[in-house]
Amino acid sequence: MTTLHDMTVAELARALKTKQVSAMETAQHFLARSQADTSGSFLALNPQATLDQAAASDHRLAQGQAGALEGVPLGHKDIFVTRDFPTTAGSKILAGYRSPFDATVVQKLASAGMVTVGKLNCDEFAMGSANENSAFGQVTNPWDTSRVPGGSSGGSAAAVAARLVPAATGTDTGGSIRQPASFCGITGIKPTYGRASRYGMIAYASSLDQGGPMARTAEDCALLLSAMCGPDIDRDSTSLDVPAEDFTASLNQSLDGLRIGIPKEFFGEGLHADVRAAVDGALREYEKLGAKLVPISLPRTELSIPVYYIIAPAEASSNLSRFDGVKFGHRAKDYTDLVDMYKKTRAEGFGNEVKRRIMTGAYVLSHGYYDAYYLQAQKIRRMIADDFQNAFKECDVIAGPVAPSVAWKLGDNANDPVADYLADIFTLPASLAGLPGMSVPAGFGAHGMPVGLQLIGNYFKEAQLLNAAHRLQQATDFHLRKPEGI
Amino acid sequence: MSLTSQDIARIANLARLELQPEESERMLTQINGFFGIVEAMQAVDTTGIEPMAHPVAAIQDITLRLRPDVASEPNQRDLNQQSAPAVERGLFLVPKVIE
Repeated sequence: MTTLHDMTVAELARALKTKQVSAMETAQHFLARSQADTSGSFLALNPQATLDQAAASDHRLAQGQAGALEGVPLGHKDIFVTRDFPTTAGSKILAGYRSPFDATVVQKLASAGMVTVGKLNCDEFAMGSANENSAFGQVTNPWDTSRVPGGSSGGSAAAVAARLVPAATGTDTGGSIRQPASFCGITGIKPTYGRASRYGMIAYASSLDQGGPMARTAEDCALLLSAMCGPDIDRDSTSLDVPAEDFTASLNQSLDGLRIGIPKEFFGEGLHADVRAAVDGALREYEKLGAKLVPISLPRTELSIPVYYIIAPAEASSNLSRFDGVKFGHRAKDYTDLVDMYKKTRAEGFGNEVKRRIMTGAYVLSHGYYDAYYLQAQKIRRMIADDFQNAFKECDVIAGPVAPSVAWKLGDNANDPVADYLADIFTLPASLAGLPGMSVPAGFGAHGMPVGLQLIGNYFKEAQLLNAAHRLQQATDFHLRKPEGI
Repeated sequence: MSLTSQDIARIANLARLELQPEESERMLTQINGFFGIVEAMQAVDTTGIEPMAHPVAAIQDITLRLRPDVASEPNQRDLNQQSAPAVERGLFLVPKVIE
């Protein structure tokens, strides 16, 4: 048998079901790797809780009551609340917070039999593209520890790439699953907005936030996504009443005749040549698999940057008003009255990027500016979504780069927030439109760093995306490569 | 359009954030830098376009649900208050509001 940490979720699930390995041995193996890790990927481990979950898994396996992913370990982005582990959202304002309940996604994956190894580092309240906005330290990229892992799900991507866990949850508001997956050479999918419950997912921008899986293969993402999705009607008002699906059912379908739309705006001058070469290589593979490349246009791609950075901060300024030093988390020590307590608590508890977005959001929602900024952004958002519907008349899926470059050096964008915003250009359009999108390893660029291919599907077409990704992974081996020393 | 330091002070108060002078200074520069890229949005003709709140509204009617006003959760007062900074006899403590 292969070393446990080199096995995929699918392989581990089979080995556990056929009793080649126990859930306890599996949990101990990944726990030991996670405890020895120095990348900063984990924010919290609770070995006793993990081993208790593993023991319960072994019991179910012995009783013949195993779930689809029984005994397979995973890590949760620290945006999902958990009873057994602290939850911080990467923020000092939630230091020491313990949730009285599990997020729906956490509970669903546990029902499928998965065992939680721990909580994974992320940008504070999921605001960032490099994991450098976490209050609890940065995460290094396993492919080059002087580089960022991407963000905001940076800990999730780095942990999967370093084989600390076979899979992890992530959340994607403007690209936070796809971009770190691309930077760390793993596979990740953000489903259609409303597919996976947001209950217990600490809110950043509610009309954009969507959870999804991150793993090494498309097949693994399909397995996890099948367990994560489904209506949560009573607990998430934007959850869609669309039944859960078995996303593994159509993985092996032929791609013969598949029309892949190539948006010209994704291949402009901002795109680095090394990334372009890797993406072009993946597109040639698709042609060999029988797909046809169709030129399309998404004319408002550039506008998605201001539109997103108006809408998301506006929603964040409202969502983050709950952190007031009263109900949970940090409270300032010295203050004169209630308002002063709020102001000092929030000043001490939030980091710079979070403060910037709260300020921007409060401004664009304030009297006299709402129509010019927030409402105008919501109108252009509809135009962007309509552009995609026009494009899907000519193609089945859309492909392009995830990000303009490979992972940059730690600290490179630290003093220039706008540079980070501009680097989100290729992930923001699908986020604003609420479409499913994924990142699939497509090769390597400058400095041997991984490059991801972005695939965007129409609403509820996750199965088609996963099928396209799976077929590419059967024809290439980029997803099997390991960072040196892992 | 450019924000002034008075705008920053006003918004910080609305957002209940205490900013140190050098922080306000930096915030002013960075937010104005950001609004540089927002200008492009103002030129877009959006006459007759409905604002979009739920993205799937691009293909189908989406009505946000209301649920019946009945208690669905058990009483977990102690658990819910376990992470609160100051609690006494089951109540959240705040500084005196009414003299």
